[in-house]
Amino acid sequence: MRNLLVHYGTPLGAVTAADSVSFSLRAGERLGVVGESGSGKSTLALAILRMIKPPGRIDAGEVWLDGVNLLALSDEAMRQVRLARIALIPQGSMNSLNPVMRIKDQIADALRDHGLAPSRRQVEERVRELLESVGLRPEVADMFPHELSGGMKQRACIAIAISLRPRVIIADEPTSALDVVVQKQVMETLARVQKDLGASVILVGHDMGLMAQFVDRLGVMYAGRLIEVSPVRDIFTQPLHPYTEMLIASLPSLEQKGTFRGIPGLIPLLRDLPPGCAFHPRCPHAVDRCRAEEPRLREIRPAGWAACHLR
Amino acid sequence: MSTLLEARRVTKIFGGGLFDRTSTLALDDFSLAIDGDRPSITAVVGESGSGKTTLSRLLLGLTAPTEGRVRYEGRDLQAMSRAEWRAFRRDVQVIFQDPYEVYNPFYRVDHVLATPVAKFRLASSRAAARGLIEDVLRAVGLRPEETLGRFPHQLSGGQRQRVMVARALLLKPRVILADEPVSMVDASLRATILASLRRMNAELGISILYITHDLTTAYQISDNIVVLYRGSVAEAGDVELVVKQPRHPYTQLLLSSIPQASAARTWMTDNAMASAAVYDAAGAGCKFAARCPSVASRCREAAPPLFQTDRHRAVSCYLHQDAPSLAPEAMVSAFALPSVTRGRRS
Ligand SMILES: Nc1ncnc2c1ncn2[C@@H]1O[C@H](COP(=O)(O)OP(=O)(O)OP(=O)(O)O)[C@@H](O)[C@H]1O
Ligand SMILES: Nc1ncnc2c1ncn2[C@@H]1O[C@H](COP(=O)(O)OP(=O)(O)OP(=O)(O)O)[C@@H](O)[C@H]1O
Ligand code: SF4
Ligand SMILES: [Mg+2]
Ligand SMILES: [Mg+2]
Repeated sequence: MRNLLVHYGTPLGAVTAADSVSFSLRAGERLGVVGESGSGKSTLALAILRMIKPPGRIDAGEVWLDGVNLLALSDEAMRQVRLARIALIPQGSMNSLNPVMRIKDQIADALRDHGLAPSRRQVEERVRELLESVGLRPEVADMFPHELSGGMKQRACIAIAISLRPRVIIADEPTSALDVVVQKQVMETLARVQKDLGASVILVGHDMGLMAQFVDRLGVMYAGRLIEVSPVRDIFTQPLHPYTEMLIASLPSLEQKGTFRGIPGLIPLLRDLPPGCAFHPRCPHAVDRCRAEEPRLREIRPAGWAACHLR
Repeated sequence: MSTLLEARRVTKIFGGGLFDRTSTLALDDFSLAIDGDRPSITAVVGESGSGKTTLSRLLLGLTAPTEGRVRYEGRDLQAMSRAEWRAFRRDVQVIFQDPYEVYNPFYRVDHVLATPVAKFRLASSRAAARGLIEDVLRAVGLRPEETLGRFPHQLSGGQRQRVMVARALLLKPRVILADEPVSMVDASLRATILASLRRMNAELGISILYITHDLTTAYQISDNIVVLYRGSVAEAGDVELVVKQPRHPYTQLLLSSIPQASAARTWMTDNAMASAAVYDAAGAGCKFAARCPSVASRCREAAPPLFQTDRHRAVSCYLHQDAPSLAPEAMVSAFALPSVTRGRRS
């Protein structure tokens, strides 16, 4: 992704939900995107698939997949890319399953849509395979969503997402409504299907623990900007951006009591961002330059990128 | 110990009677006491549907128990006079999971804050009232000028939740019951709100019942913890003991399922085929038997009582049957274990 720019029109004026966002994703890699609510994580995920709906609009940028710029494709060509090459497990997707359709029909829809598995027998075969690959019993095929637990619904969504063997799986908060025990099962399922497909994963969320344990590299968003991208281990040992550093210090742990603290100040309003670095009003290290000039994302150390003047 | 708020052998069944198969046993012979002499923070943790909100509604007198009693200062909530009820409603404040239903959509949020100020005469003038309200809003990280004057739907879920924390602060109550107070709030702010709960406990002497599905924050702020599993206590006691050396198989499963926010990666295993949680109909035995790796035949015959494995901990599991068992009426004191970690706070 290069220099993505997304606006949402609102009665109070345009909101920039993604501003010059750039990153790369390697084959087989797991990339995480974290940020507080409203920081633009879902916007970024949806933009990759060109699924930003009005009043939102992609105003600039490029999204390259295997040498093709998705933002330049025709609508029909883009439709073929979705699911077949990049699959999205949308935020709250377990509640977006069609309540009056059996699970197998929801999976079959995806297959038929792309002209795969044309015969009824092939469809049934593939549905069974897919359910098995996400650890669901074959009987689930004939069930309706309300007959499934949250974790089972989320697995069904993963089954739909991988039905066309995509190269990239984008999962937007796939487990935020689940209990930890079930969350772990779902993430293990996702990891396994990813490995089987050799796909890359973009995991969007705000649970730093989940990121720490699941992704290889982590991007941190703040106010519509990507302010750090580093290997996940480095983020937890030597974060580059002051916001990342404070975010990590705010995390409660099970190791030691009484060690976490909040970040003073408030998240800025996207339609009324402070000049310079959007984080400067809350940053303990801010200098004059931070108040005047917006820092660009730069490579500070090998594979470690941050947008901060002091680095 | 003098007991301030207490649930004694409380059972709550929704829909139908005890033997109706369509009914839900939300809370099953549950006991808990909050000590009036030593303000503490007690966490109640459990997965979705384990009975946490049912417990908070019972403790607030918003629902009547099917069996058992809830008492405040020795008085049964169901039998209070109007004056006692009024005092109770001031002394025991609540912060709910989904604060939206607490708001009247036609009133500005100011109303939510101004009502208790007027009702309990907390300020002597309009200006003093306004000052008080602005103070508590800032204390929870809200800008008064951006919050006051708005309607509930114009605030985010996290903002509405913080208004409720502010409202609870306003009344300086003796007990705050916080049901998932930070579940809709971002990480950086969660720490701020939890720290303010802890300050209320340490500085204002308010006892806090922190109800959550998040063991990590429960560990961070509480002295004592109760782990609920499908309406029953799996394990309860000093939080340090329960979290650092969990003894119930369910507590152990919970703890090992939490992804830790650290550079060490130990969480993922290759055992992805473990099928989604099985919920069998509650039989006679241990409710955890269907998911328990240590299940034995006797676990399916009768529900295990609480065994007091340590001075400050009780575990409901036959693996600990060598420890003395606690009679149900002793449960109350077992949960209100005096904290061994008191005084650690500034
Ligand atoms: N349809 C829309 N109309 C107007 N503004 C929108 C719309 N969708 C998103 N926004 C705004 O764009 C910004 C980014 O939203 P986005 O959904 O990408 O955030 P997020 O990081 O995914 O948040 P969350 O963690 O809450 O899911 C927010 O400030 C949001 O208010
Ligand atoms: N008013 C009601 N009528 C019928 N059943 C109810 C009612 N309230 C709760 N229940 C049931 O009682 C059980 C416990 O519910 P409760 O809301 O106390 O769980 P919880 O631990 O708060 O869950 P969550 O973490 O999802 O908030 C559930 O099975 C629920 O479906
Ligand atoms: S009583 Fe039996 S089934 Fe229940 S937790 Fe203990 S060992 Fe497992
Ligand atoms: Mg989102
Ligand atoms: Mg609840």
